[in-house]
Amino acid sequence: MSKSGIQIESNGASAVERVVGIDLGTTNSLVAFMEGETPVVIPGEDGLNLVPSVVAIAENGEPVIGNAARKNLIETPERAVYSVKRLMGRGVEDVQDELRYFPFKLAESGLASLGGPLRIQLGDNTFTPPEISAFILRQLKRNAERYFGAPVTKTVITVPAYFNDAQRQATKDAGRIAGLEVLRLVNEPTAASLAYGLDKKRDGIVAVYDLGGGTFDISILKLHEGIFEVIATNGDTHLGGDDIDNLLIGIALDDIAGDMKVDLRRNGEAVQAIRKAVIDAKIALSSSDSTTIQVTLPGGQPYAREITRAQFETLIEPIVQRTAGPAKQALADAGLTPEQINEVVLVGGSTRIPRVRALVKELFKREPHSELNPDEVVALGAAVQANILSGGSKATQDMLLLDVTPLSLGIEALGGVVAKIIHRNSTIPASATEHFTTGVEGQTNVAIHVLQGERELAKDCRSLARFDLKGIPPMAAGMPRIEVKLLIDANGILNVTAREQRSGREAEIEVKPTYGLTDEQVESMIMDSFDHAEDDFRERQLIEARNEAENMLAALEKSKKNPAWAVLSADEKKRIDELEHKLADIKCPQHNATDYKAIQAATEALNKATTRLAELMMDSAVSSALHGQTMEGADEKMGQGPAAPHPIAPAEFSKR
Amino acid sequence: MATETNIRTGNSVATEGANLCWSCNAAVAANAHFCPNCGKVQPTTQIDYFEFFNLGGAPTRKLNIDLSALEREFYRLSRKLHPDVFARASAKEQLWSLEKSSQLNDAYRTLKDPIARTQYLLELEGVKLEEQSSDATHAARTSGEQKKQVVPPELLEEVFELNMQLQELRMNKEMGEDDPSIASDLQQAKHRFEKMMTEAMSELKTYWDEWDAVICTPGSSEAGRIKVRDKMVGLLNRRSYIRNLVRDVNEALGN
Repeated sequence: MSKSGIQIESNGASAVERVVGIDLGTTNSLVAFMEGETPVVIPGEDGLNLVPSVVAIAENGEPVIGNAARKNLIETPERAVYSVKRLMGRGVEDVQDELRYFPFKLAESGLASLGGPLRIQLGDNTFTPPEISAFILRQLKRNAERYFGAPVTKTVITVPAYFNDAQRQATKDAGRIAGLEVLRLVNEPTAASLAYGLDKKRDGIVAVYDLGGGTFDISILKLHEGIFEVIATNGDTHLGGDDIDNLLIGIALDDIAGDMKVDLRRNGEAVQAIRKAVIDAKIALSSSDSTTIQVTLPGGQPYAREITRAQFETLIEPIVQRTAGPAKQALADAGLTPEQINEVVLVGGSTRIPRVRALVKELFKREPHSELNPDEVVALGAAVQANILSGGSKATQDMLLLDVTPLSLGIEALGGVVAKIIHRNSTIPASATEHFTTGVEGQTNVAIHVLQGERELAKDCRSLARFDLKGIPPMAAGMPRIEVKLLIDANGILNVTAREQRSGREAEIEVKPTYGLTDEQVESMIMDSFDHAEDDFRERQLIEARNEAENMLAALEKSKKNPAWAVLSADEKKRIDELEHKLADIKCPQHNATDYKAIQAATEALNKATTRLAELMMDSAVSSALHGQTMEGADEKMGQGPAAPHPIAPAEFSKR
Repeated sequence: MATETNIRTGNSVATEGANLCWSCNAAVAANAHFCPNCGKVQPTTQIDYFEFFNLGGAPTRKLNIDLSALEREFYRLSRKLHPDVFARASAKEQLWSLEKSSQLNDAYRTLKDPIARTQYLLELEGVKLEEQSSDATHAARTSGEQKKQVVPPELLEEVFELNMQLQELRMNKEMGEDDPSIASDLQQAKHRFEKMMTEAMSELKTYWDEWDAVICTPGSSEAGRIKVRDKMVGLLNRRSYIRNLVRDVNEALGN
């Protein structure tokens, strides 16, 4: 450790603040930093390097994280959550598939669940995925602070290379909520290559195959005198060890239902016990030819099933094969043949499976490297990047990472077609400038829909955000010339600026992230100031309850404009109106409302009363999505001024 | 995204000649990325990709570029401009680093690719490559019409035959039949078109030489310049037409 004693003694803070690297994984999370010239993992209080990405909320409302929370998974599954990374930056309709296998309990399916970020029920409270991730990050922060004896406020966090904008933003939000300034998001395979590159320092083409708990990435890099230039990346953000576990759980459950006539599919505790047993079996099969899935069922009945490695490999083959497509695409995008790859590196716990290694060997026609612990290599690489960002050291002074954006960025044009403006595998930062105009005389707002993905039609791509350009001076249709600059920064996150060129006025931009938290929501969630103290805890509950009430009321107001509202009976509407007034009244700070439970109850009552409305809206939203329309018409958000349903017309395609 | 929206471009359009360094007040050339005196990064300017790499401004932009020198320069500038290097710098320097490194990446991506480079130069020369522009693509998709691409006359016969074969193959597929002779015909057509693509590439390179000669000859006529320019436009349109044919054949063959 560096010597900066006087500062430490005088104010308890180190003069040069250490920037740590964090691997926020689906299954496990780690924090690491550069000790001199070597990255090392910082162990937790229990002496272990890996912090399982499990969060539980104890009866007293206190969060429990990591190994300590694992027993909650089995004992109180309704108060625990794992693999929350799968939910980061996603909407309710995205996760229906996940819910079949994971014990994620979404907050009641009332109105509040539509549109906004999804919320997970843990005991009496609900949390967004970034908040749950923030619990894990804060645990890692504490581990690092205990290790250094000094505060840690800055970090580099790794994300799957194939994460989209919303998933990246959600990760950054999680950092902020945990009281960490996220200096950089680094792609996991690239981070791994930094860790490998540190001691190898050899030029050439490297492929990184990263199969973790929940995500798969493949990246192809060119190493040249310390520059790590990503040429192509591909992947699947929902493919990993979890899928293998779920497959085996499904088989065991069917087995038990068939042979023992016990249906445990809805029994959370039993499913978790089986989950643990199949994971043990999966791990055993990496080193032995056969093992037994063993678990004691509720009621004390034992279940045991022998499984050979050959059987296991046949079962998982379809899952393993799903990695081949992205790997081949990445090679094609890089314009390379497998023979041109000099080295292949394995990352992620699932690459311990022999069948996975065999596939990698087939794909790249060479023996892959796995000298560094595949569970730790990403965190070690994050520590290297953290060191580079804090000014570098002898070991890292020549190192520079040039990463790419994994997905093309586009804008919805007339007819629901996506005009791609930044192509996938473009080195970031990358930018594009587009020009827009109005379609109606005197129009003062223009709505722009930004998407990410490779498909041709907007409905098949990922909606990132809708931007309203406001305050355009009224002119004849087609006269305004609005320049919109889209810039993807080094984190892979989109930034937008706009300017009306004829008047020289900077157009005001209002961003509506499709699935994300607003700045205000993140602010209200920041944990640092609410750390622990009983009063603070109650205050936080109160603030959260008020926020929830406000979200609920806002959602209701919006829903009243939805055609579904007209379908409700007069009685239903009257009941909703009554409860709405009651909630609006009780949430005001002037009123008694020191009791968060009263606000929660009123919110809950209104939420229940609007369940049918939400269902109606969801049905119509889903059916219109199926019919190829976007979920929300742009016109709804146009505000005042003349508006056409599709006021967007790309005026000119220009590169500066 | 909500947290990242309002980065505003500094209104720092460079005037002709020299500027003063924002940090040390030394004179700085208009398109210099760094101050020659204190070495600090300078505000972002609206310059084209050739100027960014110091490869000459209008009207002396050459199309023959030393790609390995370009790559070296890209790496050198990346080391100096990348946001990683500015992680501890002031907010405005961070912003300029972000903008400049995005310019650098955009410029490198365009210039290193022979087709993108030629298209970009032609756009700078005021040509709108209708057939290839994304506008034209949208317009065609929106109206549901075939994109107005003029079939190069020398390809007319070939294209006619190809379309017949493609149609036959599709009909066979619908009927669940399989005629290996069509597939092999198409395979041959594909090879012919791919060969044409290669030929177009070498043809383009001869035009690059002509272009570079014209712009470097003092007193050469504007007419000569326009003649080469239009040859390149014609060639790129022809090439994009052939590329679409290759794509259609590949789709039909299920590649």
